[in-house]
Amino acid sequence: MRPCIRKNMAFAAIHVANFMVQAVLRAEVELREKAVALVDGTAPLIHVVAANEAAWHAGIQLGMAQTQAQLCGVEIRRRSRAQEKAAHAALLDLGWSISPRVEDHAQDTILADLAGLNSLFGADENIAREFARRAAELRLQAHVAVSANLEVAVHAARGFAGITVIPEGEEARYLSGLPVQTLGPSAEALETLERWGIRTCAVLGALPVLELSERLGQEGVRLQELARGAHARSLVLAEPAEILEEEMELDDAVEDLEPLAFVLGRLLDQLCARLAARALSAAAIRVRFDLGDAFEREEQVRGKNAMTAALGGTEAAKTYEKTLNLPVPMRDSKMLLKLLRLQLQADPPAGGIVKITLGTDPARPRSTQHGLFVPNSPDPEKLELTVARLAKLVGNANIGSPELTDTHRPGEFRMNKFVAQPNETRARGRTNRKSAPGGDGGPAAVRRPATGCRIFRPRLAARVELREGRPVKIFFRGLYGRVVTASGPWRISGDWWREDAWQQEEWDLEIQFDGEDAGGSVPVNVSVNMQAIAPVPDAKAHMRAGLYCVYYDAACRSWFVRGMYD
Amino acid sequence: MANKKRRLGWRFWTLTIDPTMAANFAALRSKVELALAGRVAAPFNYRDRQEVVTVSSGIPEIDLLTGGLPRGALTEIFGPSCSGRTSLLLSALSARTAQEEACALIDGGDAFDPHSAEAVGVELRKLLWVRCRNVEQTLRATDLLLQGGGFGLIAVDLSDIAPRLVRHVPLDSWFRFRRAVEDTPTVLVLLEQESNAKSCASLGLRLEAGAAVWSRMPVESAAGTGAGRAADFSRLPWGWLLEGRSARGEVSRSRMQKGNAGYFRGGFAAAPGTASAGIFRTQMDWDFLSLPIAAKRK
Repeated sequence: MRPCIRKNMAFAAIHVANFMVQAVLRAEVELREKAVALVDGTAPLIHVVAANEAAWHAGIQLGMAQTQAQLCGVEIRRRSRAQEKAAHAALLDLGWSISPRVEDHAQDTILADLAGLNSLFGADENIAREFARRAAELRLQAHVAVSANLEVAVHAARGFAGITVIPEGEEARYLSGLPVQTLGPSAEALETLERWGIRTCAVLGALPVLELSERLGQEGVRLQELARGAHARSLVLAEPAEILEEEMELDDAVEDLEPLAFVLGRLLDQLCARLAARALSAAAIRVRFDLGDAFEREEQVRGKNAMTAALGGTEAAKTYEKTLNLPVPMRDSKMLLKLLRLQLQADPPAGGIVKITLGTDPARPRSTQHGLFVPNSPDPEKLELTVARLAKLVGNANIGSPELTDTHRPGEFRMNKFVAQPNETRARGRTNRKSAPGGDGGPAAVRRPATGCRIFRPRLAARVELREGRPVKIFFRGLYGRVVTASGPWRISGDWWREDAWQQEEWDLEIQFDGEDAGGSVPVNVSVNMQAIAPVPDAKAHMRAGLYCVYYDAACRSWFVRGMYD
Repeated sequence: MANKKRRLGWRFWTLTIDPTMAANFAALRSKVELALAGRVAAPFNYRDRQEVVTVSSGIPEIDLLTGGLPRGALTEIFGPSCSGRTSLLLSALSARTAQEEACALIDGGDAFDPHSAEAVGVELRKLLWVRCRNVEQTLRATDLLLQGGGFGLIAVDLSDIAPRLVRHVPLDSWFRFRRAVEDTPTVLVLLEQESNAKSCASLGLRLEAGAAVWSRMPVESAAGTGAGRAADFSRLPWGWLLEGRSARGEVSRSRMQKGNAGYFRGGFAAAPGTASAGIFRTQMDWDFLSLPIAAKRK
C-alpha cells in the first residue's frame, strides 16, 4: 500500500476502548493478562459496570452482583473515577505530545490535528503508529484512526481496532460496515432504527433524507450525514493543564511507608510518563494524602472535633500535604520516589492513607552544555538525593550552604539549601573573584593565608581575672591559663533598639595553660554558671598554649570564649 | 636417575594440569567475579598505579613541601590545637572554590566559622557544610558524600573530637574512604589531633604550632597623636595587634614521594626527599590600618 500523505487537512482520533477497565489497569499492569471486572455502587447494590475481554469469556455480565461475579473467578476491582480522570488527562497529554492542536472529544476519545506533522513523522500511518506507541508508554491501549473528516475519524477509531487510515473520499465506504450505535444516536432514535431494521451505517446512509427528517427530525439527518461521512465541523481546541495530577483511592487505609512506596512508585511512573510525553520535567512534586483514622484515633478526633465545634471553630481537615521542591527539573521516577520516601520518613503522615494525589509543577527540562575544561561538579539529581539523606541523618537545619547575614552581630549566618551551581567558565570565575590564594597552576603566592578560627558552639563560659583592666588569668574547660599577651578590648555593640541588643568587649588572648584549677584563686569579679565551665574530658591533653578570642558580654556580665585561632 | 627425574616431572606435570582442579579454579574465579560484579571491574587483573594529580593547598610553603594535595586519595592533616590545621583547610577550600569546584565540609565538632572562611576567600555558596554531632554521624555523612561524588574537595573535620574517640574508629572505615575516593577527582582531607588513618592516607601532614606574631599598632593609628609615643602605647593592651601566627608542617607519610618521578603530576616543584618540614605563616584579616581604636574586624 502506498503511504498516504495528504495535501488537505487530516485528523487523528485516538480512542481507548473499555476505558473504565483500562484506567484501573493502568496502575496495575500485572492484571492485564487476567480477567478483571469493575464494580460500582453502594452496598448491597454493588454490581458489575465494566469488564475486560477475558472476564466476558469467564461469564461476567453487566449488572451482575458482586457476589455473583466473585463466583466466576475473576479479579474484582472497584471503579475509580480518580483514575479515570488521570487516564483521561494522560490521553490528552498523548495528543499534545505529537500535535499542538488537540480536541477533548470525550473521556475515552481525543482528536488531534495532523496538519504539518508529515514533515516530522512521514506518512499518516507513521503518525498513527506513533500515537499508538506513545499510548502504550502511557499504559493505554488505543485505537487510532486518521481521516480528513473529524467525525469519520472518531467513528472509525471507535469501530475499528488498531490503526485505520481512511483515504480522502472513501469515508462512506469505510464506515459502511459499522453498526449505527457507533454514531451515538439517542435511545429513541436507536429504537426506531432497530424497528426499521437499520443496523449499519451503509443502510442508514442510503435512506432518503426528506423521509428520514420527517420521521426522526434533525437527529435523523445528522445521523445520516455521520453515516455518509459528510458531517463537517471544526476542531474545538483544548487548553493544556498547568498542573499534572495523578490520583488513587485505596480500598484499605495504608499506614506503613513500605506498602505506600509501591503505590507512590506507580503513580510517579505514570506522572513521569505524562511529563515525558509533553517533553517536560517536574520542578516540584506535591503530595496530598486523604487520611482515614484508626478506631482509637477516630474516637479522639471525634472528641476533639466536638470540642472545636462547641467553641465555634471549624473541623480540622484530615489531609496531609507536602511539597518536594526540586533544585533542577527532573522526571526520573525512581529518583523522585527516593526523595519522597526520605521526606515522608522525616515527617510521616499521622494516620492511615485512603487517597493519594500526586501533582507536579511542570517545567522545561534542564539543558546543560558540558565542557572539556569545566571542573567537575555533583550531578544535581544525585546531589539532591545525597543532601536529603544527609538531612535525615543530621537534621534539616544542620546541612546547607552558609551565607553571612547583613549584620555586625558576631557569628551570625544563615543556612541556605546547597545547590550545585552551574559551572561558569574559568575565565569568568577568575575575573569576578577577589584574588584567590594559590591555584592549580603552581605555588605562586597571591597573599599570605589568613588565620582560621574555630568557633565553640555553644559558647564557653569562662572566669577571667583582670589586672588594670586587662585579663591576666583565665579559667575555662577545667583549665587554668595565664595570659601571655592580650589585645583589646575591641568594643562592639548593636541592635540597641531590639530586645536582644548586644554589647561586647572582645579580646585576643595568647594563653599559656599551667594546669587544672585547684579551686583556690577564683576571680570574684564575675559570676558564671559553674556547670558550663566544668572540665571537658580530653580537653587538657592538647591545650597547653593557644590563641583564643574571648569576650565580655555586657548584657549578662559574663566572660565567654568565642573561639580559637587555629 | 634421568628416568626418575622424568618420572617425577611427569608426576608434577600431571598434578598441575589436573582437569578437575583447573575446572574448580575456573568455577571459583567466575564465582568471585560474579559476586563482585558491578563493584569491582576486574578483580583478578593487576591494577597499574595511576598517575596522581595534585592540587594546590592554597599555602605555597605546604605545596613546596608536599607537592600539593593529591586527588583521588586521602590526605591526613593532624596536630594539636592552634597548630594551623583550620587555616590550612580554609586555604585549601578557598583554592578549590576559586576553581569553581564544589566542596563539602563534614564538621564533626560544629566548629566551622563562616566569617573566617569568607575572610580567607572561601566561596560559601560552593561549600556544603554538614554539621554533625558525633563521630558516627561524621563517618556516615562522609560515606554518603563520597558515594554521591562530584565534589572537588571533601574535608572531614574531627579536630574537636577527643582523640580517644577517633582512635576507636575501625580501620576499615579509613580503608573504605580510601577505596571510595580512588579513581575520582576528589581530594579527601581528614583533620584530626592525632594520626589515625595510617597507611590509608596517601599524604600525612603533621602540623605544630609556632609563635604568635604580635605587632604594635602604628602610633598615628592608635591614638592619632603624632610620632614618638609608640613605646608608651605598646605597654597598653590595645596597643598590640594580633597579626597572625606561624606553624610548622612536616610530612609524616607520602605515597607520592616513593614512586618514580612520573608518578605524580602537579604544578608544584616539590623536591621529594629534600625537605621534610616547612614553616608557613598566617595573618589576621584586619580591615583597618589607619582607623583609630574603634576599628573593627571585617
